[in-house]
Amino acid sequence: MKVAVCVKEVPDPAAPRKIDASTLRLDRSGEGALNPWDLPAVEAALRLVEEHGGEVVCVSVAPERAAATQRKALAMGADRAVLVADEAIAGSDLVATSRVLAEALRREGADLVLFGQQGADSDGAVLWAAVADRLRLPLMSQAAGLEVSGGTARVKRQTEHGYEVIEAPLPCVVAVSDAINEPRYPSLKGIMGAKKKPQETLSLADLGLDAGGVGEAGSGTAVYALGPPPPRGDSLVVEDDGQAAERILEFLVERKLA
Amino acid sequence: MNLDLPEQHELLRRTVRELAGERIAPVAEELDREHRFPYEIVSALAELGLMGVPIPEEYGGAGADTLAYAIAIEELTRIDSSVGVTVAAHTSLGTMPIYLFGSEEQRHRWLPDLASGRRLAAFGLTEPEAGSDAGATRTAATLENGEWVIDGAKMFITNAGTEITALVTITARTGPDEISNLVVENGTPGYEISPPLSKLGWRASDTRALTFSGCRVPEGNLLGPRGNGLRQFLEILDGGRISIAAMGLGLAQGAYEQAMAYARERHQFGRPIASFQAIRFKLADMATEIEAGRQLVYRAAWLKDRGRSFALAAAMAKLYTGELSRRVVNEAVQIHGGYGYMDETPISRFYRDQKILEIGEGTNEIQRLVIARHLGLP
Repeated sequence: MKVAVCVKEVPDPAAPRKIDASTLRLDRSGEGALNPWDLPAVEAALRLVEEHGGEVVCVSVAPERAAATQRKALAMGADRAVLVADEAIAGSDLVATSRVLAEALRREGADLVLFGQQGADSDGAVLWAAVADRLRLPLMSQAAGLEVSGGTARVKRQTEHGYEVIEAPLPCVVAVSDAINEPRYPSLKGIMGAKKKPQETLSLADLGLDAGGVGEAGSGTAVYALGPPPPRGDSLVVEDDGQAAERILEFLVERKLA
Repeated sequence: MNLDLPEQHELLRRTVRELAGERIAPVAEELDREHRFPYEIVSALAELGLMGVPIPEEYGGAGADTLAYAIAIEELTRIDSSVGVTVAAHTSLGTMPIYLFGSEEQRHRWLPDLASGRRLAAFGLTEPEAGSDAGATRTAATLENGEWVIDGAKMFITNAGTEITALVTITARTGPDEISNLVVENGTPGYEISPPLSKLGWRASDTRALTFSGCRVPEGNLLGPRGNGLRQFLEILDGGRISIAAMGLGLAQGAYEQAMAYARERHQFGRPIASFQAIRFKLADMATEIEAGRQLVYRAAWLKDRGRSFALAAAMAKLYTGELSRRVVNEAVQIHGGYGYMDETPISRFYRDQKILEIGEGTNEIQRLVIARHLGLP
């Protein structure tokens, strides 16, 4: 089977986030990293292909330098990577990005499309829904378990109250939660071999897309202002005099949080 | 001139850093306190190919270069020296002699288990009365009916007595003015391993005293031509120095980062102590010297990877980073104040782990001797 995993380059999660005041976009000039939420999706894809055979292809929409970030997924074991890089894409909102990503995925025709839960930078957690809608494919999200057999994907879906077990016929889109697995570290052999794996960079024209449908022009939303989050308001500091744990528990019980 | 690390080396650094932070940091203090060998960590490192970084793939290694190896050791030691030295001694001292001097038959027999990290290997050079004067080795081996009969003792041997140790390569006198290297497998009758030695630092690593009494090994356990032992162990030590230099660098980097974090968060006189010049200058010096040390270590590795002579560069890197790590860890404890003296603060473990870097694999004095020799002094 062919599994496509959508992976994103995000600014190094360990570094503080900065907003570029002139564009009101996230400053992505620093070191990039593979979105930590995508690692369980890569791991899930690798396990499925280890079990069923086939190939894992990583798909990203990002500036060209993200090819280096994609290599982490290749080092983990993915077979090849596709990157849609085009200057016109900068400034795309979720809806515009989904237009590009969906085209790239349509071209791949994978049996299964996997996403991580959200991006560690913008934390949208809806791109997978937009892409599934454009591809007219069934969508299962918050997958804490995933099995494929006989042309069907079965997902253990995490909800507030427990798990739902749901199925969808392939091809379909699955967004996994980080509870699904513990992603492997890339092996040294994988790291040294990642550069030799096929990587393809596509432009909008390669996908038959028009620049008008992406970037700020193709986005339905616009950012007018950004500011620091407001102060949290009431906060309670519990000094530990030996009974702090009990008092915190009482506080939570009172608000029905525990 | 290009001073950028290759991209795959950066990815390796990130990977080892992640693994060390997630898997080693949480247990380092406990392993040290209980003097417990890190079996689970060795097996995790083995899975990723980190127990045989520079050994070619055909022998079960990862087939990467010395630079990759140095970076891996640096990043492990940044978190835990015991793990760093376990990997460094296994690779540079335990596995390398067999790879460099073994016959094809010997390589295929021992390397796959060692380079993959399923088993560990040790190198027995130091003796109770032969340290810096390694040529004064007294352990003797005589050939009798197709077997070497070994008598003698070795001291301070890393990785010799773990549950997964396969063998030790020892230097032995095989005739008058003749030293050779012999492989002795664990479990050979007449080969006895002491209980773990108790140490100031590196407490989770395995260090033993070895005795050989009428210990017999097959004639075929000789590595390379008879009488080549001296030249062989000097070559092993040259390469090993790069890994110990990488340890000095990693220990200094780890100590510096802890001092930095503490200086930002510790308040005295109503301000973070990092705002005082006395502390800022210490941190500035640390950062500068660490950067200098890093260039020396990477350059030595780079020279070795290009097949150029690297012995001088390796001795310089080893000497410099050994002393660098002492200066840095000393000031790092100073910045931590009283908390730095407490067992629960990692920096106190770093302080104990540091000193051996100026002693093991050639003392500072021996490094200076080696360097001076290369300078062609009269």
